[in-house]
Amino acid sequence: MNPRITLAVAGRVLTQLRRDHRTLAMMLVVPCALISLLWWMFKDLDSSSFDRFGPALLAMFPFIVMFLVTSITTLRERASGTLERLLAMPMGKGDFLLGYAVAFGLVAALQSVLAVGVSVGLLGLDVEGPVWLLTLVAVADAVLGSALGLFVSAFANTEFQAVQFMPALVLPQVLLCGLFVPRALLPDVLEAVSNVLPLSYAVDAMQTLTRTASTSDVWQDLAVVLAFTLGGLAVGAATLRRRTS
Amino acid sequence: MTNIAIDVRQLTVVRRGHAVLDKLDLEIGGGVTGLLGPSGCGKSTLLRSIVGVQRTQAGEVRVLGEPAGSKQLRHRIGYVTQAASVYDDLTVAENLRFFARVLGLGPDEVDRVVDAVDLADQADAVVSELSGGQRSRASLAVALLGTPDLLVLDEPTVGLDPVLRRDLWNLFHSLADAGAAVLVSSHVMDEAERCDQLLLMRDGVILAQDTPTRIKQRAGVDDVETAFLDLVERAA
Repeated sequence: MNPRITLAVAGRVLTQLRRDHRTLAMMLVVPCALISLLWWMFKDLDSSSFDRFGPALLAMFPFIVMFLVTSITTLRERASGTLERLLAMPMGKGDFLLGYAVAFGLVAALQSVLAVGVSVGLLGLDVEGPVWLLTLVAVADAVLGSALGLFVSAFANTEFQAVQFMPALVLPQVLLCGLFVPRALLPDVLEAVSNVLPLSYAVDAMQTLTRTASTSDVWQDLAVVLAFTLGGLAVGAATLRRRTS
Repeated sequence: MTNIAIDVRQLTVVRRGHAVLDKLDLEIGGGVTGLLGPSGCGKSTLLRSIVGVQRTQAGEVRVLGEPAGSKQLRHRIGYVTQAASVYDDLTVAENLRFFARVLGLGPDEVDRVVDAVDLADQADAVVSELSGGQRSRASLAVALLGTPDLLVLDEPTVGLDPVLRRDLWNLFHSLADAGAAVLVSSHVMDEAERCDQLLLMRDGVILAQDTPTRIKQRAGVDDVETAFLDLVERAA
Protein backbone atom coordinates (compact mmCIF):
# COMPACT_ATOMS: atom_id res chain seq x y z
CA MET A 1 0.00 0.00 0.00
CA ASN A 2 1.25 3.42 -0.94
CA PRO A 3 -0.54 6.72 -0.17
CA ARG A 4 0.70 8.31 -3.42
CA ILE A 5 -0.95 5.58 -5.50
CA THR A 6 -4.13 5.53 -3.39
CA LEU A 7 -4.54 9.29 -3.85
CA ALA A 8 -3.77 8.99 -7.57
CA VAL A 9 -6.67 6.51 -7.92
CA ALA A 10 -9.02 8.67 -5.84
CA GLY A 11 -8.10 11.80 -7.81
CA ARG A 12 -8.64 10.04 -11.10
CA VAL A 13 -12.07 8.68 -10.09
CA LEU A 14 -13.14 12.18 -8.97
CA THR A 15 -11.95 13.70 -12.27
CA GLN A 16 -13.99 11.11 -14.15
CA LEU A 17 -17.06 11.91 -12.05
CA ARG A 18 -16.58 15.65 -12.47
CA ARG A 19 -16.63 15.21 -16.22
CA ASP A 20 -19.88 13.22 -16.05
CA HIS A 21 -22.27 16.03 -15.08
CA ARG A 22 -25.40 13.95 -15.42
CA THR A 23 -24.26 11.21 -13.04
CA LEU A 24 -23.03 13.76 -10.53
CA ALA A 25 -26.35 15.62 -10.63
CA MET A 26 -28.26 12.36 -10.20
CA MET A 27 -26.12 11.36 -7.23
CA LEU A 28 -26.62 14.68 -5.44
CA VAL A 29 -30.14 15.74 -6.45
CA VAL A 30 -32.13 12.50 -6.64
CA PRO A 31 -31.89 11.58 -2.92
CA CYS A 32 -33.04 15.07 -1.90
CA ALA A 33 -35.90 14.96 -4.42
CA LEU A 34 -37.07 11.53 -3.25
CA ILE A 35 -37.01 12.51 0.41
CA SER A 36 -39.02 15.63 -0.47
CA LEU A 37 -41.48 13.43 -2.36
CA LEU A 38 -41.89 11.23 0.71
CA TRP A 39 -42.49 14.26 2.89
CA TRP A 40 -45.13 15.49 0.42
CA MET A 41 -46.88 12.08 0.37
CA PHE A 42 -47.36 12.18 4.14
CA LYS A 43 -48.07 15.89 4.35
CA ASP A 44 -51.84 15.56 4.88
CA LEU A 45 -51.55 12.53 7.19
CA ASP A 46 -50.35 12.70 10.77
CA SER A 47 -46.94 14.33 11.05
CA SER A 48 -45.21 11.33 12.71
CA SER A 49 -45.28 9.26 9.50
CA PHE A 50 -42.49 11.22 7.85
CA ASP A 51 -40.48 10.90 11.05
CA ARG A 52 -40.98 7.14 10.84
CA PHE A 53 -39.98 6.61 7.22
CA GLY A 54 -37.56 9.50 6.66
CA PRO A 55 -34.63 8.12 8.66
CA ALA A 56 -34.77 4.76 6.90
CA LEU A 57 -34.61 6.49 3.53
CA LEU A 58 -31.62 8.56 4.65
CA ALA A 59 -29.83 5.27 5.29
CA MET A 60 -31.02 3.65 2.08
CA PHE A 61 -30.33 6.24 -0.63
CA PRO A 62 -26.58 6.60 -0.19
CA PHE A 63 -26.35 2.82 0.11
CA ILE A 64 -28.27 2.12 -3.12
CA VAL A 65 -26.73 4.90 -5.21
CA MET A 66 -23.18 3.97 -4.24
CA PHE A 67 -23.87 0.27 -4.79
CA LEU A 68 -24.94 0.99 -8.37
CA VAL A 69 -22.23 3.50 -9.22
CA THR A 70 -19.41 1.38 -7.81
CA SER A 71 -20.51 -1.91 -9.32
CA ILE A 72 -20.76 -0.37 -12.80
CA THR A 73 -17.51 1.63 -12.66
CA THR A 74 -15.39 -1.24 -11.39
CA LEU A 75 -16.99 -3.58 -13.90
CA ARG A 76 -16.00 -1.15 -16.64
CA GLU A 77 -12.48 -1.07 -15.27
CA ARG A 78 -12.31 -4.86 -15.38
CA ALA A 79 -13.74 -5.02 -18.91
CA SER A 80 -11.70 -2.22 -20.52
CA GLY A 81 -8.31 -3.69 -19.65
CA THR A 82 -7.29 -0.76 -17.46
CA LEU A 83 -7.46 -2.97 -14.36
CA GLU A 84 -5.17 -5.54 -16.00
CA ARG A 85 -2.76 -2.76 -16.92
CA LEU A 86 -2.82 -1.30 -13.39
CA LEU A 87 -2.22 -4.70 -11.79
CA ALA A 88 0.78 -5.21 -14.10
CA MET A 89 2.13 -1.93 -12.66
CA PRO A 90 3.36 -1.41 -9.10
CA MET A 91 -0.22 -1.00 -7.85
CA GLY A 92 -1.40 -2.79 -4.71
CA LYS A 93 -4.94 -4.17 -4.63
CA GLY A 94 -5.44 -2.19 -1.44
CA ASP A 95 -4.40 1.03 -3.22
CA PHE A 96 -6.98 0.39 -5.91
CA LEU A 97 -9.84 -0.38 -3.51
CA LEU A 98 -8.99 2.32 -1.02
CA GLY A 99 -8.66 4.87 -3.81
CA TYR A 100 -12.18 4.07 -4.93
CA ALA A 101 -13.45 4.08 -1.34
CA VAL A 102 -11.90 7.52 -0.68
CA ALA A 103 -13.34 9.05 -3.86
CA PHE A 104 -16.83 7.63 -3.44
CA GLY A 105 -16.70 8.29 0.31
CA LEU A 106 -16.18 11.99 -0.43
CA VAL A 107 -19.08 12.07 -2.89
CA ALA A 108 -21.18 10.13 -0.41
CA ALA A 109 -20.36 12.65 2.32
CA LEU A 110 -21.51 15.49 0.09
CA GLN A 111 -24.65 13.59 -0.88
CA SER A 112 -25.44 12.79 2.75
CA VAL A 113 -24.87 16.36 3.94
CA LEU A 114 -27.33 17.55 1.29
CA ALA A 115 -29.95 14.87 2.06
CA VAL A 116 -29.69 15.38 5.83
CA GLY A 117 -29.73 19.16 5.36
CA VAL A 118 -32.91 19.01 3.29
CA SER A 119 -34.60 16.54 5.68
CA VAL A 120 -33.73 18.32 8.89
CA GLY A 121 -33.55 21.93 7.72
CA LEU A 122 -36.32 22.18 5.14
CA LEU A 123 -38.70 19.29 5.80
CA GLY A 124 -38.61 19.43 9.59
CA LEU A 125 -37.43 15.87 10.31
CA ASP A 126 -37.14 15.61 14.10
CA VAL A 127 -33.71 14.43 15.17
CA GLU A 128 -33.12 13.97 18.91
CA GLY A 129 -29.51 12.86 18.60
CA PRO A 130 -26.64 14.89 17.11
CA VAL A 131 -27.10 15.73 13.41
CA TRP A 132 -23.38 15.22 12.65
CA LEU A 133 -23.68 11.63 13.82
CA LEU A 134 -26.67 11.18 11.50
CA THR A 135 -24.47 12.40 8.65
CA LEU A 136 -21.65 10.10 9.70
CA VAL A 137 -23.99 7.10 9.64
CA ALA A 138 -25.16 8.13 6.15
CA VAL A 139 -21.53 8.29 4.95
CA ALA A 140 -20.82 4.86 6.45
CA ASP A 141 -23.89 3.48 4.62
CA ALA A 142 -22.60 4.93 1.36
CA VAL A 143 -19.17 3.34 1.81
CA LEU A 144 -20.92 0.07 2.65
CA GLY A 145 -22.81 0.35 -0.65
CA SER A 146 -19.49 0.91 -2.45
CA ALA A 147 -17.93 -2.14 -0.81
CA LEU A 148 -20.82 -4.41 -1.80
CA GLY A 149 -20.91 -2.95 -5.31
CA LEU A 150 -17.23 -3.70 -5.71
CA PHE A 151 -17.81 -7.25 -4.57
CA VAL A 152 -20.65 -7.97 -7.02
CA SER A 153 -18.74 -6.44 -9.94
CA ALA A 154 -16.55 -9.54 -9.81
CA PHE A 155 -19.54 -11.76 -10.55
CA ALA A 156 -21.03 -9.78 -13.42
CA ASN A 157 -19.78 -9.98 -16.99
CA THR A 158 -21.85 -7.11 -18.36
CA GLU A 159 -23.29 -3.88 -17.02
CA PHE A 160 -26.72 -5.38 -17.61
CA GLN A 161 -25.93 -8.20 -15.18
CA ALA A 162 -24.48 -5.76 -12.66
CA VAL A 163 -27.72 -3.82 -12.56
CA GLN A 164 -29.65 -7.05 -11.96
CA PHE A 165 -27.74 -7.50 -8.70
CA MET A 166 -29.68 -4.56 -7.33
CA PRO A 167 -33.06 -6.34 -7.02
CA ALA A 168 -31.25 -9.54 -6.02
CA LEU A 169 -29.04 -8.19 -3.24
CA VAL A 170 -30.37 -4.77 -2.28
CA LEU A 171 -34.17 -5.07 -2.40
CA PRO A 172 -34.38 -7.94 0.13
CA GLN A 173 -32.38 -5.77 2.53
CA VAL A 174 -34.78 -2.88 1.94
CA LEU A 175 -37.81 -5.13 2.59
CA LEU A 176 -36.36 -6.63 5.78
CA CYS A 177 -34.67 -3.56 7.29
CA GLY A 178 -37.68 -2.57 9.40
CA LEU A 179 -39.11 0.04 7.08
CA PHE A 180 -42.32 -1.84 6.27
CA VAL A 181 -42.66 -4.09 9.32
CA PRO A 182 -40.67 -3.41 12.51
CA ARG A 183 -37.98 -6.10 12.63
CA ALA A 184 -39.14 -7.41 16.02
CA LEU A 185 -42.56 -8.19 14.53
CA LEU A 186 -41.23 -10.18 11.55
CA PRO A 187 -41.66 -14.00 11.53
CA ASP A 188 -38.75 -15.55 13.46
CA VAL A 189 -36.90 -16.79 10.39
CA LEU A 190 -37.10 -13.44 8.64
CA GLU A 191 -36.05 -11.62 11.79
CA ALA A 192 -33.00 -13.88 11.98
CA VAL A 193 -32.23 -13.12 8.34
CA SER A 194 -32.63 -9.39 8.90
CA ASN A 195 -30.16 -9.67 11.80
CA VAL A 196 -27.37 -10.64 9.41
CA LEU A 197 -28.12 -7.98 6.77
CA PRO A 198 -26.05 -4.80 7.04
CA LEU A 199 -28.79 -2.37 5.97
CA SER A 200 -30.85 -3.36 9.04
CA TYR A 201 -28.16 -1.90 11.28
CA ALA A 202 -27.86 1.23 9.18
CA VAL A 203 -31.60 1.84 9.44
CA ASP A 204 -31.63 1.01 13.17
CA ALA A 205 -28.94 3.63 13.75
CA MET A 206 -30.91 6.27 11.86
CA GLN A 207 -34.14 5.47 13.69
CA THR A 208 -32.44 5.54 17.09
CA LEU A 209 -30.91 8.92 16.29
CA THR A 210 -34.28 10.43 15.46
CA ARG A 211 -35.97 8.93 18.55
CA THR A 212 -33.51 9.45 21.40
CA ALA A 213 -30.49 11.54 22.30
CA SER A 214 -28.62 8.53 23.66
CA THR A 215 -25.95 7.47 21.20
CA SER A 216 -24.45 4.23 22.56
CA ASP A 217 -26.73 2.00 20.44
CA VAL A 218 -25.90 4.11 17.41
CA TRP A 219 -22.16 3.52 17.83
CA GLN A 220 -22.82 -0.20 18.10
CA ASP A 221 -24.86 -0.21 14.88
CA LEU A 222 -22.20 1.91 13.20
CA ALA A 223 -19.55 -0.61 14.24
CA VAL A 224 -21.57 -3.41 12.61
CA VAL A 225 -21.93 -1.38 9.39
CA LEU A 226 -18.17 -0.72 9.34
CA ALA A 227 -17.43 -4.41 9.94
CA PHE A 228 -19.58 -5.34 6.93
CA THR A 229 -17.81 -2.65 4.89
CA LEU A 230 -14.36 -4.00 5.75
CA GLY A 231 -15.58 -7.53 5.03
CA GLY A 232 -16.93 -6.41 1.64
CA LEU A 233 -13.64 -4.70 0.79
CA ALA A 234 -11.63 -7.75 1.86
CA VAL A 235 -13.73 -10.09 -0.28
CA GLY A 236 -13.60 -7.50 -3.08
CA ALA A 237 -9.79 -7.51 -2.85
CA ALA A 238 -9.81 -11.29 -3.17
CA THR A 239 -11.71 -10.96 -6.46
CA LEU A 240 -9.01 -8.72 -7.95
CA ARG A 241 -6.62 -11.18 -9.53
CA ARG A 242 -3.31 -10.25 -11.09
CA ARG A 243 -3.43 -13.42 -13.14
CA THR A 244 -6.60 -14.31 -15.00
CA SER A 245 -7.48 -17.04 -17.44
CA MET B 1 22.20 -12.28 -28.97
CA THR B 2 24.06 -12.49 -25.69
CA ASN B 3 21.51 -11.14 -23.24
CA ILE B 4 18.28 -13.09 -22.98
CA ALA B 5 15.35 -10.81 -22.15
CA ILE B 6 12.69 -13.52 -22.08
CA ASP B 7 13.18 -17.18 -21.34
CA VAL B 8 10.18 -19.50 -21.71
CA ARG B 9 10.50 -23.16 -20.66
CA GLN B 10 7.84 -25.83 -21.18
CA LEU B 11 5.05 -23.25 -20.89
CA THR B 12 1.56 -24.74 -20.93
CA VAL B 13 -1.63 -22.66 -20.87
CA VAL B 14 -5.06 -24.27 -20.97
CA ARG B 15 -8.10 -22.16 -21.66
CA ARG B 16 -11.62 -23.59 -21.70
CA GLY B 17 -10.28 -27.13 -21.80
CA HIS B 18 -8.08 -26.44 -24.83
CA ALA B 19 -4.29 -26.22 -24.63
CA VAL B 20 -3.49 -22.86 -26.24
CA LEU B 21 0.21 -23.29 -25.52
CA ASP B 22 1.64 -26.78 -25.00
CA LYS B 23 5.15 -27.11 -23.52
CA LEU B 24 6.45 -24.09 -25.41
CA ASP B 25 10.21 -23.35 -25.28
CA LEU B 26 11.48 -19.96 -26.39
CA GLU B 27 14.27 -17.42 -25.88
CA ILE B 28 13.97 -13.81 -26.90
CA GLY B 29 16.85 -11.33 -26.85
CA GLY B 30 17.18 -7.58 -27.36
CA GLY B 31 16.16 -5.53 -30.36
CA VAL B 32 12.75 -5.52 -32.00
CA THR B 33 11.19 -8.98 -32.09
CA GLY B 34 8.03 -9.52 -34.12
CA LEU B 35 5.60 -12.22 -33.03
CA LEU B 36 3.64 -13.00 -36.16
CA GLY B 37 0.77 -15.34 -36.75
CA PRO B 38 -2.93 -15.46 -37.58
CA SER B 39 -5.42 -14.30 -34.96
CA GLY B 40 -6.29 -16.98 -32.46
CA CYS B 41 -2.90 -18.71 -32.70
CA GLY B 42 -1.94 -17.92 -29.10
CA LYS B 43 0.02 -14.67 -29.54
CA SER B 44 -1.90 -12.73 -26.89
CA THR B 45 -1.77 -15.67 -24.47
CA LEU B 46 2.02 -15.86 -24.86
CA LEU B 47 2.37 -12.08 -24.36
CA ARG B 48 0.09 -12.18 -21.31
CA SER B 49 2.20 -15.01 -19.86
CA ILE B 50 5.35 -12.93 -20.35
CA VAL B 51 3.78 -9.90 -18.65
CA GLY B 52 2.58 -12.19 -15.85
CA VAL B 53 -1.17 -11.62 -16.06
CA GLN B 54 -2.00 -15.01 -17.59
CA ARG B 55 -2.83 -17.97 -15.38
CA THR B 56 -0.52 -20.74 -16.55
CA GLN B 57 -0.79 -24.48 -15.96
CA ALA B 58 2.85 -25.54 -16.20
CA GLY B 59 6.31 -24.37 -17.15
CA GLU B 60 8.40 -21.35 -16.34
CA VAL B 61 8.69 -17.86 -17.77
CA ARG B 62 11.63 -15.67 -16.75
CA VAL B 63 11.75 -12.04 -17.78
CA LEU B 64 14.90 -9.90 -17.36
CA GLY B 65 16.19 -12.60 -15.02
CA GLU B 66 13.12 -12.62 -12.74
CA PRO B 67 10.06 -14.90 -12.71
CA ALA B 68 7.31 -13.35 -14.88
CA GLY B 69 4.81 -11.32 -12.90
CA SER B 70 7.15 -10.77 -9.95
CA LYS B 71 7.05 -7.52 -8.04
CA GLN B 72 10.48 -6.33 -9.17
CA LEU B 73 9.34 -6.40 -12.80
CA ARG B 74 6.32 -4.14 -12.46
CA HIS B 75 8.42 -0.99 -12.94
CA ARG B 76 10.39 -2.47 -15.81
CA ILE B 77 7.75 -3.68 -18.28
CA GLY B 78 5.55 -1.54 -20.51
CA TYR B 79 2.51 -3.48 -21.69
CA VAL B 80 -0.11 -2.59 -24.27
CA THR B 81 -3.14 -4.87 -24.49
CA GLN B 82 -5.04 -5.38 -27.71
CA ALA B 83 -7.87 -3.13 -26.54
CA ALA B 84 -6.83 0.46 -25.82
CA SER B 85 -6.52 0.27 -22.02
CA VAL B 86 -7.05 3.92 -21.23
CA TYR B 87 -9.95 5.75 -19.59
CA ASP B 88 -12.41 6.91 -22.24
CA ASP B 89 -13.78 9.73 -20.11
CA LEU B 90 -10.42 11.35 -19.35
CA THR B 91 -8.20 13.40 -21.66
CA VAL B 92 -4.96 11.95 -23.02
CA ALA B 93 -2.95 14.11 -20.60
CA GLU B 94 -5.13 13.18 -17.62
CA ASN B 95 -4.72 9.49 -18.43
CA LEU B 96 -0.96 9.83 -18.65
CA ARG B 97 -0.68 11.96 -15.50
CA PHE B 98 -2.62 9.30 -13.61
CA PHE B 99 -0.47 6.39 -14.79
CA ALA B 100 2.67 8.49 -14.24
CA ARG B 101 1.63 9.11 -10.63
CA VAL B 102 1.05 5.38 -10.14
CA LEU B 103 4.60 4.79 -11.40
CA GLY B 104 5.97 7.69 -9.32
CA LEU B 105 7.03 9.78 -12.33
CA GLY B 106 6.88 13.54 -12.88
CA PRO B 107 4.97 15.67 -15.44
CA ASP B 108 8.03 15.97 -17.74
CA GLU B 109 7.68 12.29 -18.47
CA VAL B 110 4.07 12.86 -19.60
CA ASP B 111 5.18 15.50 -22.14
CA ARG B 112 7.92 13.23 -23.40
CA VAL B 113 5.65 10.25 -24.16
CA VAL B 114 2.92 12.47 -25.66
CA ASP B 115 5.52 13.72 -28.14
CA ALA B 116 6.87 10.22 -28.74
CA VAL B 117 3.49 8.99 -30.01
CA ASP B 118 2.77 12.29 -31.78
CA LEU B 119 -0.34 13.19 -29.77
CA ALA B 120 0.71 16.67 -28.61
CA ASP B 121 -2.19 18.28 -30.50
CA GLN B 122 -4.70 15.89 -28.92
CA ALA B 123 -3.29 15.98 -25.37
CA ASP B 124 -6.30 17.84 -24.00
CA ALA B 125 -8.91 15.90 -25.97
CA VAL B 126 -11.11 13.37 -24.17
CA VAL B 127 -10.13 9.87 -25.30
CA SER B 128 -13.67 8.88 -26.35
CA GLU B 129 -13.57 11.64 -28.97
CA LEU B 130 -10.36 10.35 -30.58
CA SER B 131 -10.09 8.08 -33.60
CA GLY B 132 -9.22 4.41 -33.12
CA GLY B 133 -5.60 4.98 -34.11
CA GLN B 134 -5.22 7.92 -31.74
CA ARG B 135 -6.69 5.86 -28.90
CA SER B 136 -4.25 3.04 -29.44
CA ARG B 137 -1.40 5.56 -29.52
CA ALA B 138 -2.63 6.99 -26.21
CA SER B 139 -2.53 3.45 -24.83
CA LEU B 140 0.98 2.99 -26.24
CA ALA B 141 2.10 6.24 -24.59
CA VAL B 142 1.17 4.79 -21.20
CA ALA B 143 3.47 1.83 -21.85
CA LEU B 144 6.36 4.19 -22.67
CA LEU B 145 6.19 5.95 -19.29
CA GLY B 146 9.38 5.51 -17.31
CA THR B 147 11.38 4.06 -20.25
CA PRO B 148 10.81 0.38 -19.41
CA ASP B 149 13.47 -2.25 -20.15
CA LEU B 150 10.95 -4.46 -21.91
CA LEU B 151 8.02 -3.37 -24.05
CA VAL B 152 5.31 -5.92 -24.78
CA LEU B 153 2.96 -4.62 -27.44
CA ASP B 154 -0.07 -6.61 -28.57
CA GLU B 155 -0.94 -5.53 -32.12
CA PRO B 156 -0.15 -1.84 -31.58
CA THR B 157 -0.25 -0.90 -35.28
CA VAL B 158 -3.62 -2.40 -36.27
CA GLY B 159 -5.74 0.03 -38.24
CA LEU B 160 -3.15 2.80 -38.37
CA ASP B 161 -2.35 4.67 -41.55
CA PRO B 162 0.93 3.70 -43.30
CA VAL B 163 2.78 6.90 -42.38
CA LEU B 164 1.95 6.50 -38.74
CA ARG B 165 2.82 2.81 -38.85
CA ARG B 166 6.25 3.64 -40.24
CA ASP B 167 6.73 6.29 -37.53
CA LEU B 168 5.81 3.82 -34.79
CA TRP B 169 8.19 1.18 -36.12
CA ASN B 170 10.92 3.84 -36.15
CA LEU B 171 10.00 4.59 -32.55
CA PHE B 172 10.26 0.89 -31.62
CA HIS B 173 13.72 0.76 -33.19
CA SER B 174 14.92 3.89 -31.41
CA LEU B 175 13.71 2.39 -28.11
CA ALA B 176 15.57 -0.82 -28.94
CA ASP B 177 18.70 1.19 -29.83
CA ALA B 178 18.44 2.84 -26.42
CA GLY B 179 18.67 -0.62 -24.86
CA ALA B 180 15.09 -1.82 -24.46
CA ALA B 181 13.85 -5.19 -25.66
CA VAL B 182 10.72 -4.70 -27.77
CA LEU B 183 8.29 -7.54 -28.44
CA VAL B 184 5.55 -6.67 -30.93
CA SER B 185 2.77 -8.96 -32.12
CA SER B 186 1.00 -8.61 -35.42
CA HIS B 187 -1.18 -10.68 -37.71
CA VAL B 188 -0.07 -8.64 -40.73
CA MET B 189 2.84 -10.40 -42.41
CA ASP B 190 4.10 -7.30 -44.23
CA GLU B 191 5.19 -5.87 -40.89
CA ALA B 192 7.72 -8.70 -40.65
CA GLU B 193 10.33 -6.82 -42.66
CA ARG B 194 10.52 -4.15 -40.00
CA CYS B 195 11.66 -6.53 -37.25
CA ASP B 196 15.19 -7.54 -36.24
CA GLN B 197 14.00 -10.99 -35.25
CA LEU B 198 10.86 -12.91 -36.17
CA LEU B 199 8.81 -15.50 -34.37
CA LEU B 200 6.32 -17.18 -36.67
CA MET B 201 3.52 -18.79 -34.71
CA ARG B 202 0.61 -21.01 -35.64
CA ASP B 203 -1.74 -23.05 -33.39
CA GLY B 204 0.39 -22.35 -30.34
CA VAL B 205 3.58 -23.61 -31.98
CA ILE B 206 6.60 -21.52 -33.01
CA LEU B 207 7.26 -22.50 -36.66
CA ALA B 208 10.42 -20.46 -37.02
CA GLN B 209 12.60 -18.01 -35.11
CA ASP B 210 15.21 -16.09 -37.09
CA THR B 211 15.89 -12.81 -38.89
CA PRO B 212 13.46 -11.99 -41.73
CA THR B 213 16.25 -12.37 -44.29
CA ARG B 214 17.29 -15.83 -43.18
CA ILE B 215 13.69 -17.06 -42.93
CA LYS B 216 13.12 -16.02 -46.54
CA GLN B 217 16.46 -17.46 -47.68
CA ARG B 218 15.78 -20.82 -46.12
CA ALA B 219 12.41 -21.07 -47.82
CA GLY B 220 13.91 -19.71 -51.03
CA VAL B 221 11.20 -17.06 -51.42
CA ASP B 222 11.01 -13.28 -51.52
CA ASP B 223 8.44 -12.51 -48.84
CA VAL B 224 7.71 -13.69 -45.33
CA GLU B 225 4.09 -14.57 -46.09
CA THR B 226 5.14 -17.20 -48.66
CA ALA B 227 7.82 -18.45 -46.28
CA PHE B 228 5.13 -18.84 -43.62
CA LEU B 229 2.93 -20.88 -45.98
CA ASP B 230 5.93 -23.01 -46.88
CA LEU B 231 6.65 -23.70 -43.22
CA VAL B 232 3.01 -24.63 -42.57
CA GLU B 233 2.99 -27.09 -45.46
CA ARG B 234 6.26 -28.65 -44.39
CA ALA B 235 4.96 -29.08 -40.83
CA ALA B 236 1.76 -30.77 -42.06
